[in-house]
Amino acid sequence: MLTYLVRRLFAVVVMLIVVMLAVFGIFFLIPKWTGVDPATMFVGKQADAAALEGVREKLKLGDPILVQLFDFFKGIFVGRDYTGGGDTVHCSAPCFGYSFKNEQAVWPVLVDRLPVTLSLALGAMVVWLVIGLTAGVISALRRGTVLDRVTMGVALSGVSLPIYFTGLLSLAVFSYGLGWVSDQYTPLHESFPAWFSGMILPWLTLAFLYGAMYARITRATMLEVMGEDYIRTARAKGVRESVVIRKHAMRSTMTPILTLLGVDLGALMGGAILTETTFSLPGLGQAVLTAINQRDLPLILGVTLITASAVVIANLVVDLLYGVIDPRVRLA
Amino acid sequence: MTEVEEGPYLDVRDLRVHFPTEDGLVKSVDGLSFTLEKGRTLGIVGESGSGKSVTSLGIMGLHTVGRYGRSRPRISGEVRLNGRELLGADPDEVRRLRGREMAMIFQDPLSALHPYFTVGHQIVEAYRVHHDVSKKAARKRAVELLDRVGIPQPEQRVDGYPHEFSGGMRQRVMIAMALVNNPELLIADEPTTALDVTVQAQILDLIRDLQKEFGSAVVIITHDLGVVAELSDDILVMYGGRCVEYGTAEQVFRRPQHPYTWGLLGSMPRIDRDRGERLVPVAGQPPSLIDVPPGCAFSPRCPYADLPADGVTRTERPELRDVGGGQLSACHLPREERQRIWTEEIAPKL
Repeated sequence: MLTYLVRRLFAVVVMLIVVMLAVFGIFFLIPKWTGVDPATMFVGKQADAAALEGVREKLKLGDPILVQLFDFFKGIFVGRDYTGGGDTVHCSAPCFGYSFKNEQAVWPVLVDRLPVTLSLALGAMVVWLVIGLTAGVISALRRGTVLDRVTMGVALSGVSLPIYFTGLLSLAVFSYGLGWVSDQYTPLHESFPAWFSGMILPWLTLAFLYGAMYARITRATMLEVMGEDYIRTARAKGVRESVVIRKHAMRSTMTPILTLLGVDLGALMGGAILTETTFSLPGLGQAVLTAINQRDLPLILGVTLITASAVVIANLVVDLLYGVIDPRVRLA
Repeated sequence: MTEVEEGPYLDVRDLRVHFPTEDGLVKSVDGLSFTLEKGRTLGIVGESGSGKSVTSLGIMGLHTVGRYGRSRPRISGEVRLNGRELLGADPDEVRRLRGREMAMIFQDPLSALHPYFTVGHQIVEAYRVHHDVSKKAARKRAVELLDRVGIPQPEQRVDGYPHEFSGGMRQRVMIAMALVNNPELLIADEPTTALDVTVQAQILDLIRDLQKEFGSAVVIITHDLGVVAELSDDILVMYGGRCVEYGTAEQVFRRPQHPYTWGLLGSMPRIDRDRGERLVPVAGQPPSLIDVPPGCAFSPRCPYADLPADGVTRTERPELRDVGGGQLSACHLPREERQRIWTEEIAPKL
C-alpha cells in the first residue's frame, strides 16, 4: 500500500507539471504559431501600440519560450516583477500571472473566488451523494415496483431539466415567494446561518442534476452487482440481507461511483458556471466567465491551472480510495 | 437443532420452481421428489437447463431472497430438512439454517468469492454469522479449515485475496467456507466444472474424504457422469425440470432404464473404447421449459418414441415407476421392451 501511495503521489507531481506545461504552452505557443500577437491577448484588441509594447516587454515575449516558462514557474515560488513601458508592477508569490487588463494579480482573485466554488461543490456533493445513492439503491432493490418507476422518473427529470430552469424556479418559489431562504451569498466567515441560507438553493439545484445522474448509475451498478455470484455466496452463508447489501454489494457499487465523483468534483472546482450565474455566486465560474468576455488571458490561465490541478488531485484521492476498496488495484 | 425426527434427512416432495417471464412461465423445476439420508451422496445429472441448479437454490431458499414484484419465482412443494418444512417457513429462520445446517459450493470459485475481501475475512464471516465468537477465535477456525482442505501455509494464506489463489486453491477455499459450520447437508453445484482436469480429481477426492469425515449428506450437481460415477451412492437424472431416472449408482450405470440416460452414457468418452469410434450425442435440443411438450418431455429426441406405450396413451406424461430394486424410471416403453433395447442395442455399443 505504501509503495502504491508513493507511486501515485509521484505520478501526481509529474501530472501537475505536465498540465502546467500544456496550459502554458497552449496560451503562449499557439498564438505564436498562428501569427497572433500574444500581447494582444493580454491587453485586449483595442489596446494602443504603446500598451502592447509595454506588455511585450513586461512579459519578455521576445525571450525563448523556455525562458518565459521558467520565469512563470519562478514567479509561482518567489514572486515576480513585470518591468516595461516605463513602469513596474509587482506580483508577489505565489504569482500565477498578472491581469494587465484589470491591473491586478491573478492569485488573489483565485483565492477570493475559490471558497465560494468550494462551498458550492462540496456542499452539493454531500447532498447529491446522499440522495443519489439512497434513491439508486432503493430503486435497484425494488426493481420494477412503483417506487422504482417514480424514483427513476424524478431522476430523469433531474437529468433533463437545465440548471437555470430548476434554479430560477426554486429561487422564485423558496426565496422570492415563500421567503424561506436568502438569494444572496454571504461568506462563511461572516455568518454561518446567512451562508447556509444563501447556499441551500444552489446546493439543491446542483445536487438535483448530479443526484439524478448518480441515482441512475447507482441503480444500474447495484442491479449488476446483486446478480454477482459472490452475492449469492454471501446469502448462502446465511448473512442477513441487510448486511449483504450494505457490506457486500455497496462495496462493489462504490467503485464506478468513485470514478465519476473524481471527475465531477474536479470539473466543478473550475466553477459551476450556470449555477453560479443563476444564483449570483461570486465563484470561479463567474470569474472565468467575465474573464472570457474581457479576453483576460492571465485570469483564464490561472483558473485553468486551478481546475486542472483540482481534477488531478481529485483523481489522486479517488485512486487512493480505489486502493482501499479493491485489493487488486494495489498491485497494478 | 439436533432433535431426531422421523423420516429421511432431506426430503424433497413435488418441488416446483416456476419463473414468470415476458415470454411465459418458465417451469424450471416441475414436480421433483427425492430423499437423501445423512452419510450418503446423491448425484443430480442432466444437461444445461434441466433444472439442476434451480433445484439446489430452491432447497437453500435462495430464489426468493431479495426478489420483489413480478420477477419473484413461484415455488411450491415441500422441502424438509431434518423434518422441518423450509418452503413455508419464516425466511429469517431459513437464513439461519443456511450456511450452518446446509451449505453450498458453487461452480466458479473466482466469481463466487468476493474480490474485495480476504479469504480469511469471508470464512470468518461465514462462521460468525452462526457462532457468537471473537474474531480471533473465528480466524483460528478459518486457518484450521484452510489447513484441512489442503491449503499450504494457511497462516499466511488466510490473509490473501481470492485473486491471489489458483483455481483449485480457490475451490478449496470455497469448500473450507462451506464446511466451517459443520453442515449436515452439503450441496456442490458443478464443483469441478471450472477447474483443470488434474485439479478436478483432487477436489473430488477432497469432497469424498470430507464427507466420510463429517458424515454429512451431499448433493453433487453436475452434467458430468464421470463425476457422479466417482462420488455418488445414488443418481438422479433430470430432464426438462423433472426426474426421469433414479437409482443407486450401481443400478443406473449397470442397467439404466431411460433412453435419455442411455444417451448420456453414449455421449461419455471412455478410455476402453476404440479411438476411431465416434461419440453419440443426444440428438436434438433441450426442451423449452415454457411450452413443455405434452406426454414425455424427452419424446421429441427419443429414438424409441414410435414404439407403443405401456398401457397409457403417448400424450400422457409418464410417471416414475419402480423398475425393480427401488430404481425409478419415467418412460412409456414397456419394461420388457426397455430391457431388450438395453441389452441388445445399447449396452454392446458402450
